[in-house]
Amino acid sequence: MFEIFGIPSMALFGQLLIGLINGSFYALLSLGLAVIFGMLNIINFSHGAQYMMGAFAAYLLLKFTGLGYWPALIVAPLLVGLFGVVIERTMLRYLYKLDHLYGLLLTFGLALIIEGVARKNLGSAGLPYVLPDSLQGGHNLGFMFLPNYRAWVIVASLVVCFGTWFAIERTRLGAYLRAATENPTLVRAFGINVPVMITLTYGFGVALAAFAGVMAAPIYNVSPQMGSDLIIVVFAVVVIGGMGSILGAIITGFGLGVVEGLTKVFFPEASNTVIFVVMAIVLLVRPAGLFGRRA
Amino acid sequence: MKKSLGLAALAAVLVCGTASAQDIKVKIGVLTDMSSLYADVGGPGSVAAAKLAIADFTKDHPNVKVEMVSADHQNKPDIGSQIANKWIDVEHVDAIVDVPNSGVALAMSQLAKQKNKVFIGSGPASSDLTGAKCNANTVHWTYDTWMLANGTGKALVKTGGDTWFFLTSDYAFGHALERDTAAVVEKAGGKVLGKVRHPLNTNDFSSFLLQAQSSKAKIIGLANAGGDTINAIKQGAEFGIVKGGQKFAGLLVFASDVNALGLKTAQGLVLTSTWYWDMTDANRAWTKRWQAERNAPGKFPTMVQAGVYSGVLHYLKAVTALKSAADGAAVVAEMKKLPTDDPLFGKGSIRIDGRKMHPAYLLEVKSPEESKYPGDFYKLRATIPAAEAFRPLKDGGCSLANG
Repeated sequence: MFEIFGIPSMALFGQLLIGLINGSFYALLSLGLAVIFGMLNIINFSHGAQYMMGAFAAYLLLKFTGLGYWPALIVAPLLVGLFGVVIERTMLRYLYKLDHLYGLLLTFGLALIIEGVARKNLGSAGLPYVLPDSLQGGHNLGFMFLPNYRAWVIVASLVVCFGTWFAIERTRLGAYLRAATENPTLVRAFGINVPVMITLTYGFGVALAAFAGVMAAPIYNVSPQMGSDLIIVVFAVVVIGGMGSILGAIITGFGLGVVEGLTKVFFPEASNTVIFVVMAIVLLVRPAGLFGRRA
Repeated sequence: MKKSLGLAALAAVLVCGTASAQDIKVKIGVLTDMSSLYADVGGPGSVAAAKLAIADFTKDHPNVKVEMVSADHQNKPDIGSQIANKWIDVEHVDAIVDVPNSGVALAMSQLAKQKNKVFIGSGPASSDLTGAKCNANTVHWTYDTWMLANGTGKALVKTGGDTWFFLTSDYAFGHALERDTAAVVEKAGGKVLGKVRHPLNTNDFSSFLLQAQSSKAKIIGLANAGGDTINAIKQGAEFGIVKGGQKFAGLLVFASDVNALGLKTAQGLVLTSTWYWDMTDANRAWTKRWQAERNAPGKFPTMVQAGVYSGVLHYLKAVTALKSAADGAAVVAEMKKLPTDDPLFGKGSIRIDGRKMHPAYLLEVKSPEESKYPGDFYKLRATIPAAEAFRPLKDGGCSLANG
């Protein structure tokens, strides 16, 4: 077996795969952010809190209604998405005409409130959520042990990411949506209800965050601060990919997962920082991000 | 005119206040983590514990007037110091208690010495508080890194876990815990095969777990705490670490962490603690009162919260004996002179270096089938007597031990 910088190549393949799996979480989360920013021009700082709500919704559904992992994967995003719709209708829609900063501040405030309420009612140490029986166990790939759940994460994430990209870039509905972002008045003149479409888009973006939250519940600690730990990284991913670029968010999400994974092997102490180093370099070289269009 | 009337009234109050000279006034500040990762370990539960201690003490000593304040240090030494300075200089706080997070606690210990107040640490882990950085104004109450390493490390090497791989949180606390445990393992004839230092609050451990897996070490030592420990164990189950014959050693695991993992994932985990709510009738009775005070029937107190109760009680005893809380070093000296005795930790003492001495317990997390009711987490594997549980006085390097 050959070695790369003193690490056996087999071990390295394992780490690459792990990086790809973690990248699929980044991709899912940054996808929602990119959709919301691209279509609504809102920097949704409560995305992390909504991701956390998804995980908590899964926990509460199991505890009080007995709904397991699979139904929760549908029901929790619907519930949290509905919450997003209410937020959009009652607060966010008054901010579209103002500077980005107002949306950022509002959603940041909301994130703090949501986290505070969760901590007050459910504590800060976290809550248990076990792996569904159907995804227990794993396979030995020769170079690493791949748990079934991780394989499922990567498949589900790819399907959802590709589906969202396809819906927005390649369907008629997506075309309306993009047109409404460019020129709402004109699209309205064609008899399309733009405000409802915008509301549903926000709801969808929030539901994506909640979906990632349910996916995370069996393997990450379900605690009120789980979102705030992750959201900063995800913002960096979106900035690197280019604000509002959907394909950019997906590709950068997976790519940075791999970069982070490799850092964990060669220099673990820096694994929390490496993404921000990449961000700084990208901002210097291409301020609009790797896939962004200059405004 | 109004102003001078007000002044006169104030003067009258002050005169009356000093007139009843029997009254002893004390003010205690509970400085803890209210909103982040240690909020369930200490936090509002520590405040509730301090309230219970004050209520119990003043019931028998009505002439002691105790006030209590509390604040959130946000796990930042600078914020903690700011609050403590204001408490001491403006609000006349006499003692600061709890302070989970070793970084903030070391700052508090220095501050207590500078201003001649008292610091009773129940939350912090670093054994440096009674070692190289000890002082005459600090008491370290509940546990420390040496005790955790000694309890869990020794027990596992004895039962065959003689090769170790560490997952270490990359800051002062993690390094101390790893250093202390590695020393115990090697002294008992074991071997450390490798280690990874991960950043604080790491979300995904799979990469580190693969490294631990390929090291073939029998024991994976978790020199971290809170969310990091939970994530590592949860994902370890997913990667089949335990099924593959390796075992986790949680070096710092609280009851709240076991609850977050769920027994199915946490079963079999061996840990060291100095207090467990379900161990004696007195503990169970106190837990009921704590749950009522905290207004959280489903929660169970941690050793840190129990330590706050016990520490505050003993502090008030010393202040009452001296009839004054003004001289911090004198109060701590009195605390060391008086034997400790309370319903939660039983009889004990405080050593010259500030170390509170009591037994430690080696516990094992029960399986879901063994657990009969909520909070039924542990079975007792061994009791480690106080003299063996904590670092010998001569090994600490505390300057007070020589004089």
